[in-house]
Amino acid sequence: MEVVEGSYAVAHAVKCCRPHVISAYPITPQTHIVENLAQFVADGELECEFVPVDSEHSAMSVALGASAVGARAYSASTSQGLALMWEVLYNVSGMRLPVVMTAVNRALSAPLSIWNDQQDTVGARDSGWIQIYVEDIQEAHDALIQAYRIAESREVMLPAMICMDGFILTHTYEPVVLAEQEETDDFLPPYDPEYYLTVERPLSFGCFAEPDKFMEFRYMQHEAMERARFKIKEVADEFERAFGRYYGDLIQGYNLDGAQIVLVTFGSIIGTMKEIVKHEKDVGILKIRSYRPFPVKEVREALKDARVVAVVEKDFSAGFEGALFSDVKAALYNHVSDLKLLGFVLGLGGRDIPPEDISKIIERSRVVMDQGLKEEWEFIGLRGEIL
Amino acid sequence: MGVYRFEGGDTVKNLFVSGHRACAGCGMAIAVKLILEAAGEDVIVVSPTGCLEIVSSPYPETSWRVPWIHSLFENAASVASGIEAGLKALGRKHEAKVLAIAGDGATADIGMGPLSGMFERGHDITYICYDNEAYMNTGVQRSSMTPPGASATTSPAGKVSFGEIHPKKDLASIAVAHGVGYVATASVGYGLDLMRKVRRAIDHDGPSFIHLHTSCCTGWRHPSSKTIEISRLAVLTGLWPLYEVVDGEITDVKRLPKRLPVEDYLKTQGRFSHLFRMEGGEEIIRRIQAIADANAERFGLDLEG
Ligand SMILES: Cc1ncc(C[n+]2csc(CCOP(=O)(O)OP(=O)(O)O)c2C)c(N)n1
Ligand code: SF4
Ligand SMILES: [Mg+2]
Repeated sequence: MEVVEGSYAVAHAVKCCRPHVISAYPITPQTHIVENLAQFVADGELECEFVPVDSEHSAMSVALGASAVGARAYSASTSQGLALMWEVLYNVSGMRLPVVMTAVNRALSAPLSIWNDQQDTVGARDSGWIQIYVEDIQEAHDALIQAYRIAESREVMLPAMICMDGFILTHTYEPVVLAEQEETDDFLPPYDPEYYLTVERPLSFGCFAEPDKFMEFRYMQHEAMERARFKIKEVADEFERAFGRYYGDLIQGYNLDGAQIVLVTFGSIIGTMKEIVKHEKDVGILKIRSYRPFPVKEVREALKDARVVAVVEKDFSAGFEGALFSDVKAALYNHVSDLKLLGFVLGLGGRDIPPEDISKIIERSRVVMDQGLKEEWEFIGLRGEIL
Repeated sequence: MGVYRFEGGDTVKNLFVSGHRACAGCGMAIAVKLILEAAGEDVIVVSPTGCLEIVSSPYPETSWRVPWIHSLFENAASVASGIEAGLKALGRKHEAKVLAIAGDGATADIGMGPLSGMFERGHDITYICYDNEAYMNTGVQRSSMTPPGASATTSPAGKVSFGEIHPKKDLASIAVAHGVGYVATASVGYGLDLMRKVRRAIDHDGPSFIHLHTSCCTGWRHPSSKTIEISRLAVLTGLWPLYEVVDGEITDVKRLPKRLPVEDYLKTQGRFSHLFRMEGGEEIIRRIQAIADANAERFGLDLEG
């Protein structure tokens, strides 16, 4: 075990995956990841084409071209950079290219903020990428290695983003078990695509589809996502056998046995929650690890005995509510009755989330358990004096 | 796959086959066929969104008999960069050369940044901009390459407008300013010259750039039988000089025994017809003539005088 910065751990995992092409554009707080990778290349520790491009749009386009020619491609971005990639994200998934990226979570401007929330990747929810949210640095490192196995498997062939909270995970130091090259090679076979650009067999990629053909492409993407559910589970199990570490499959529960109140969330906030929940007998946590594909059945099963569910998240859809809250409600509707659901939006733009905020959420949930539902969702930690 | 002969007796394969949906007489479609004849089978082609992509790739059909990819409108240079980097990293660099064939809008407007990046990073890619002088695929809207005096749907001629007023970007000079080692202009009107330049560009190590004039009968409004003739007139009037720039030096200028007046070119196309109808049109034509004269001066086009 070594004490390293989160970004270093991710870069190390990327290196062990032996990508052929890395292309990225710097943006805080993703920078340390790509700087570390550039240094690996400069020191001869990583043999790959590192393409320092003119924008994130180009970064993802380079990854797209590389993947289409049969190379393993990697990129990383966050916030404004991820937003600038938007168009290419859909294009990569539509062409079924298994690019893997680390999506560092940061707020979107305006107002400008370099700090963490999850609005950026939640906005990319529908882009056809597998989205896995990680809880700590070790998981960010491990999930990256898993991501290539999942994305490149012939049954799936979809791009995957590993979402990690900016600064909280990228810029902090923790003891991490860094993967060995050999064990990674044993776990992750070389990328072996069925279709790629080659003069041996000239194929056309990226044709346009008339209305009588388009829907089928989308449906096939959906089917691949459905298969990804099983692949994510399978790869998590195999990873545990190979590396001895496990973070759940599509979800992971803590203290769920006998829990009357369950906090549902994703990302690094789970660390804080665990500390609080330790002292509460009837409160559990449900971590959404895979946001797409969404763990519909798993969520139903995990929440079927709860009385109040509080969905906690660092994103929201102006004019409605938090996105995860909507999704959890949608998964439960028609299936679990007698359950009260509450949504909480907090930590936007890097607002600190002190333990008291979590305690407050648990308090609110208890009130609902006793007195019934009044407000469905609310912001936590708003400063009234500057409103 | 059609196999046929062209001048010189060599047998060449047709790598851009019929059945595509380009308008009859489309200069770009003729040019692409010639480009691939010159390039041969060992290329991977990237095309951005635009007429070329749309007419050639309605799923499940394709006109491309070489590996081909379309991604988006602005990223052909970046996708090509990724392909070239991927080939290198996979040890397959010898397998194919990378060729981007992109419209003027995709190149000079929305894709300028990616193209600049591709040049600057020195990828071994041949980038050909087929310039039909507007966004044809979306209905003849102006681009930064629409010439002054032309009417386009977003710079239309009207009671108080002569249409487009801004000069074209000098794309070749932009490429040269990046230190691109092989830069050329070409025209679909001069097919063999185009093919020779494509070959030279592909054989050049590192980025190369060809700015290719391709008439569009639909957008320029001329009969589909006049494509080659009108493309040649652009050259013969001095509005589209043909030259190569090798390592920054202008070489191989196509000189003109007797340069024609620009009217000879302008009057063949509906997009300029208002210049001959509207009061004050002569002044615009005079300014267009001045552009041709400046080209003649700069490139030494005139054989006499
Ligand atoms: C980001 C984006 N903006 C706009 C468009 C719409 N669009 C598609 S093709 C095109 C014009 C293409 O012009 P050009 O590159 O000159 O090629 P041409 O069609 O003239 O051959 C436009 C505006 C798009 N596809 N993507
Ligand atoms: S609109 Fe013009 S460029 Fe497009 S296919 Fe027709 S002739 Fe060719
Ligand atoms: Mg055009």
